Amino acid sequence: MLRTLLDRLATTLPALAGVVVVSFLLTRVLPGDTAAYFAGPAATPQAIAQIRTELGLDRPLPEQFARYVADLARGDLGRSLTTGQPVTADLGARLPASAELTLFGLVLSLLVAIPLGVAAALRQGSLVDHACRIVATAGVSLPVFFTGLLLVYAFYFVLGWAPAPLGRLDAFASPPPTRTGFFLLDSLIAGDLETFRAALGQIALPGLTLAIFALAPIARITRAAMLAVLAADFVRTARAAGLSSRRVVVTYALRNAMLPVVTTLGMVFSFLLGANVLVEKVFAWPGVGSYAVEALIASDFAPVQGFVLAMALLYTVLNLAIDLAYGLIDPRVRATA
Amino acid sequence: MSATGSPALATDRPRSGISATLSHAASVVAGNPVTGFAFALLLGLVACAAFGPSLVPYDPLASDTSAALQAPSLAHPFGTDQLGRDILSRVVVAARLDLAIAVFSVALVFVAGGLAGIMAGFFGGWTDRIVGRLADTIMAFPLFVLAMGIVAALGNTVGNIVLATAIINFPLYARLARAEAAQRRNAGFVLAARLTGNTDLRIVLTSILPNILPIMMVQMSLTMGYAILNAAGLSFIGLGVRPPTPEWGIMVAEGASFIVSGEWWIALFPGLALMLAVFCFNLIGDGLRDIVDPQRRT
Repeated sequence: MLRTLLDRLATTLPALAGVVVVSFLLTRVLPGDTAAYFAGPAATPQAIAQIRTELGLDRPLPEQFARYVADLARGDLGRSLTTGQPVTADLGARLPASAELTLFGLVLSLLVAIPLGVAAALRQGSLVDHACRIVATAGVSLPVFFTGLLLVYAFYFVLGWAPAPLGRLDAFASPPPTRTGFFLLDSLIAGDLETFRAALGQIALPGLTLAIFALAPIARITRAAMLAVLAADFVRTARAAGLSSRRVVVTYALRNAMLPVVTTLGMVFSFLLGANVLVEKVFAWPGVGSYAVEALIASDFAPVQGFVLAMALLYTVLNLAIDLAYGLIDPRVRATA
Repeated sequence: MSATGSPALATDRPRSGISATLSHAASVVAGNPVTGFAFALLLGLVACAAFGPSLVPYDPLASDTSAALQAPSLAHPFGTDQLGRDILSRVVVAARLDLAIAVFSVALVFVAGGLAGIMAGFFGGWTDRIVGRLADTIMAFPLFVLAMGIVAALGNTVGNIVLATAIINFPLYARLARAEAAQRRNAGFVLAARLTGNTDLRIVLTSILPNILPIMMVQMSLTMGYAILNAAGLSFIGLGVRPPTPEWGIMVAEGASFIVSGEWWIALFPGLALMLAVFCFNLIGDGLRDIVDPQRRT
């Protein structure tokens, strides 16, 4: 297992190097004077010159790159002009909010999409199958920020079921003591059901928005994978051997069909991390996405670049995790690795 | 397989091939009313984009504070926004900018990604490695986040939105073109062209390119919807398009703050237009795929 892990780690190194080079390039192609941008609009020429020296922008490019990598290794992504804090600290403080939202949305959509896809594959041409197709087509056409706004209108303004779309908890509630940073888990650990309910109410709509967004690709690939597996010889053999259809579907077919689904999760994560930014803006969710958007509007570039890099690193790690999960699901992958 | 599956481009009988494809297309559209509907929708969108400013009842930029925040009525079928601007006029006029961003970015990546992919597939070796590494590096980012970073770094303009959208679509086009070109690198007609003394460039342009064009066109239609969504998402968070320019994404963003107080029409109509446009391109993409490559029909 350790050997597999090391092998996989080695394959992610080129991707990692690419990410670092691209984010370095993104910090250097700012139009006009990078130092002037980082100094802010009200800076004096002396301050700009000082920042240029501080940032090492007067040095040759390879040396700048070396310094950039060295800063990265120390976790230094620069300082935000708007919050005055190091970008790493800001991102770290806001990451749990984004992670909780993304995971909540993903789990919600997996819970719906996989049974839906399986049912659609088992009963081809039935009502469920058509429902699956409609979900898959409509899901890719819906702009995620628009879905969010429709849900807010329906569930907050018209029905009054959901709280105002203003962050993780309303202003009067106090957050639970921090253990995991996830309000849902922390409130449960603290045994505070009131806070749990409040946090659940707040996360329901943004989570649902993300779930609807992720539903389409997962349902579509589950259906296709199940169809392929159900037509395979080993399923026919299992049926011929007289196994119950529940056992054939769940134990044999589903486990094999999960491989393409897990592969698709990589793509789904790419979409989700982007959609997260839009959903956080709609619901005033205090995560890394809205942090980056606020910084963008204020022309505060260090946080934006830090955010892009952090998301790319996170995405690389997620892809690595997916690769490893692949090995857990499919023993053949482990054997050949 | 798909080389013979695209009769329009079989070089020996081009005329009959084209008419065969047209009649095949007609039968596909007739047999699949959804595709016909999508084409009608596309015509409507293109008409809005082409003639929008002369079709609409009001000036999309003219504000009239006495008529601010009015619900849909006969005078304003889509209502008015916080400055009293007519939303119907703004939605229709916005079609031009939204479609232009999508068309230009897709055309850009079609040329750049398509050529890079063909070169990679045809020549292999170093070209292949460089293009592959480039595509992998782009794919290592969550794509919308990368687009944000590119627009933030290059400058907050519509042109950079087009560029960023093209860049994040690059891997898709390059990989597809690479796979299709590599498949044909040693095909009989390529060997024949080489034997008769054609240069590599000529083989790529006259033998390989026309053969993979149909599948690339399908890709274009399918990514068009994604390009519209991506550009609208960027302008929703305040990148690229600036107010008061009518554009669907920014109009939804402007309407977002009024949703909680019940003024639903400001965000709803531009959002619906956005959805319809994306839906239209996705349907057409599926329809085109059925025409070009019936075996991949799902």
